[in-house]
Amino acid sequence: MRELITLHVNREFHELAVLPHHTLLEVLREDLGLIGTKHGCELGECGACTVLIDGVPVLSCLTLPLEVQNSEITTIEGLEENGKLHPLQETFAELGAAQCGYCTPGILLAGVALLQEHPQPSLEQMKEALSGNLCRCTGYTKIYEAIDAAAERLHAAGGVV
Amino acid sequence: MTIKEHAGIGRDTSRSYKYIGASLPKVDAYAKVTGRAFYADDIMLPRMLYGRLLRSPHPHARIIEIDTHHALELPGVLAVITGEDLPQRFGILPSSQDEYALAIDKVRYVGDPVAAVAAVDPDVLDEAIKLIHVEYEILPALMTIDEALEHPEVKINDEARIGNIHKAVSYEFGDIEGGFADADYIREDWFFYEGNNHAPMEEHACVASWEPNPHDPFGGKITLWSSTQTPHYVHRELSKVMGLPQSHVRVIAPHVGGGFGGKSDPFSHEMCAAELSRRTGRPVKITCTREEVFLTHRGRHPVKMWIKTGVKKDGTLTAMYFRSFLDGGAYGSYGIATTYYTGALQTVTYSLPCYKFEGMRLFTNKPPCGPKRGHGTTQPRYAVEVHLDKIAHDLAIDPLELRRRNLIEKDTRTVNGLRVTSCALGECLEAVAERSGWNEFHTDSLVGADLSRPSPMYRPSEQVIGITSESSIKRGLGIAASSYICGAGKPIYWNDLPHSAVQIRLDRGGGITVYCGSTDIGQGSTSILAYIVAEELGVPPEHIHLETADTTLTPVDLGSYSSRVTFMAGNAAIAAARKLKGQLFELASEQLQVPVENLEAAECLIYDANDPGVALSYVKVVQLTEARYGALVAAGSYAPPEDIHGDYKGAGVGPSPAYSYSACVAKVAVDIETGEMVVEKLWLAHDVGQSINPLLVAGQVEGGAYMGFGEATMEQQVFRKGRHKIPSLLDYKLPTTLDTPEIETILIEIPDREGPFGAKEAGQGPLNPVIPAIANAVFDAVGVRIDETPITSDKVLKALRSELPGARSAQRPRVEPIDSPSPWPTRLITWQPADISLIAKDSV
Repeated sequence: MRELITLHVNREFHELAVLPHHTLLEVLREDLGLIGTKHGCELGECGACTVLIDGVPVLSCLTLPLEVQNSEITTIEGLEENGKLHPLQETFAELGAAQCGYCTPGILLAGVALLQEHPQPSLEQMKEALSGNLCRCTGYTKIYEAIDAAAERLHAAGGVV
Repeated sequence: MTIKEHAGIGRDTSRSYKYIGASLPKVDAYAKVTGRAFYADDIMLPRMLYGRLLRSPHPHARIIEIDTHHALELPGVLAVITGEDLPQRFGILPSSQDEYALAIDKVRYVGDPVAAVAAVDPDVLDEAIKLIHVEYEILPALMTIDEALEHPEVKINDEARIGNIHKAVSYEFGDIEGGFADADYIREDWFFYEGNNHAPMEEHACVASWEPNPHDPFGGKITLWSSTQTPHYVHRELSKVMGLPQSHVRVIAPHVGGGFGGKSDPFSHEMCAAELSRRTGRPVKITCTREEVFLTHRGRHPVKMWIKTGVKKDGTLTAMYFRSFLDGGAYGSYGIATTYYTGALQTVTYSLPCYKFEGMRLFTNKPPCGPKRGHGTTQPRYAVEVHLDKIAHDLAIDPLELRRRNLIEKDTRTVNGLRVTSCALGECLEAVAERSGWNEFHTDSLVGADLSRPSPMYRPSEQVIGITSESSIKRGLGIAASSYICGAGKPIYWNDLPHSAVQIRLDRGGGITVYCGSTDIGQGSTSILAYIVAEELGVPPEHIHLETADTTLTPVDLGSYSSRVTFMAGNAAIAAARKLKGQLFELASEQLQVPVENLEAAECLIYDANDPGVALSYVKVVQLTEARYGALVAAGSYAPPEDIHGDYKGAGVGPSPAYSYSACVAKVAVDIETGEMVVEKLWLAHDVGQSINPLLVAGQVEGGAYMGFGEATMEQQVFRKGRHKIPSLLDYKLPTTLDTPEIETILIEIPDREGPFGAKEAGQGPLNPVIPAIANAVFDAVGVRIDETPITSDKVLKALRSELPGARSAQRPRVEPIDSPSPWPTRLITWQPADISLIAKDSV
């Protein structure tokens, strides 16, 4: 039996009838068409489906929509505002941090949360923050470089995007 | 401006480049960072159904009966198919047509597909799969190379001519007896390289859509979107399995979320999605779970290897005899090619005057193995490089120096007939030695060596380094080298057609559309096309629209395997662009009254190089040219040269229009109390010829180093009681941010004369030296040899604690010699190179 819920995703409210056992990952992708959120295991092992719930990185494959009705959900589509990219998106593109790009949305969201908490993160802080996000292409090197560069841009802009 | 069709095009040293060699963002970078990039599972079509495969729970069993009628009766189920519905055999190699879309008569591994269902949603699928009843008669399962050899009476796959031997090969090049007779020292070693999975972040997925046409004798056409590295080969095989002409099959690869070789085969789920769509008249999507990715596999073959090498006192190689035993899993896949590849490239890294190779692939009741980054060369590279390291220590020669003394020369022929053109392995070795402080690290001299040439000061660092006498942490450096092909010299099915083709269409408004069958799996092959066309036509990449990996829309490219795309599609793109450029320059020359040879194209202008003020806009010239010639479209293509290999049977695996070279130094810290081993840093130098985009090349090198590190230290596809032991990303250990060491990349750029702008491959070669470098570093640190991968802490500790005399240097768990069939079960092919100086250096 479906339940009627309201989700607050990327600054928009969506009224949805969902099956209670369907995960947030499934609802974002299948019901809302937010296919930027990826999946690599459906078991909470790879980090590809990371979204932000009230600014905190959460695995959407382990989250039920019913639990997050009163929260602000941000997916990769919501990092961009009125066509303007987040500095981390820019540096990921410019510095080659996205190869196949499949883990990228999840890593970007985890990265944005890291920059919120640590505006000038150390390498150790980056590794810790991304330790739940697997990437098979990059060896993580260019991801660190992109976070570093974004931190500098944010700092130069006075922390305001 | 005329170029020979199909020929490679080297760097034009007379000019500098604007886009080639620049670190530009990839053409799809912004789609990927904003979530706009569509992957196969992102495709949602109206009325789309979901499909799933029922897979065998037994490693080896006969199918007695399949009862699907309960599943078919379930509301929401639209179709169920079994093996008899798709009886045509297929396989990636024409010589290994041994797969069915769904098993007929027998299942051969846990995970072998048995039935497929299409239903309205995944929840119904879950129910329907449970309602299919299959009755099996259990057969004995063979799970290792040794078991497969010991039990020829248990026949796993009919493709095996003798017992479970899928393929056996035997070659002798040069005077092998004489080579060993010339040696001052001969050493033999056994090694085992464990299998592992590609684990791309994107699980395999596809969507098939059938369009019926009652007027068509074939009933309609099928379109398949699939996460594949090889749309062209999927096109061929899907056409065969569905009984449709190739004109009725369209295969498209959307963005692919990593492949590493794991998406290079035509797969059961692709065939089944297509057939289910034909039967239901609705689009069908099949997305594999992560467990299914591990079962689909086609990953690194487990290989047992035996090497015997003869050397002079100074370390010069006189002879090598190499044997490989490959654990192939249940089906052929690329395995015949893999078998050859375990032997083919030993001669390309170091100069060998003679070489003997025997390889054998066995069928076992496990998921089929296939190509993974470094295809078949990674295992022998590990074995040979560790083996040579042992020889260096036996002879008291610096391992770096031993390698220096045996480097293959550029512009040469190997003893097995392979043409080698550019080679910067020496530069790679010096670069990693210098950056890692190799010489400073190994500062003392060795004792007891009787060398005809003096060795540099060297001794294993265990005796020198180490923090304090109290510390249990020991550090060591290890070095290794390798080579890799820049594209297979021969296609998978024998033909004389181009390996890659590019078509370019110029729009009168200034836009450029580039069409190529090449498939971007994240390595940036689509971007490479844009940079090359931009450079040739003098128009920024942003003006270029790219259509790729679509068997209906784009001219053929064989696929993203064998590190072939930059070299081959790049050369095809240059050829196509230069045809158009010739037409444009003809009109510009007339208009500007400037000889064609003085014209250049850049910044959307075509101008007199001697007087840049004399110029026409690119758009204006396009319009003038279109007015004269009509629509402006040109195609270029590429096929490797013919004369790059020997003339014996089997010479088709190994040749390549060029070889890349890599060298790695690994620094490890080992705790002698616990065996814990940490790789602290990797230095990796790669001979790429010329970077088309150094940012992307460095990304490939870093990714290769990362993947090599994972294989060296943790990754393993292991089985228990016939089942995959760890088919999940939690249990199958692969490196996270916390594991992965710092990687320092050094690009060596000495242009190759046939590569596009001088470029060579970067996607696979850099992985190979990492594994042996780490193994050698462990020995350097604590004096133990772990002669099998992965090199884990428990193995190191076991070796450190072993009380057996000599065990510290001979630790080889699970690497006991095996009783191989005697005589070797295939005809020996002997071959002598007729002329080793076949290459005209001024050929381009």
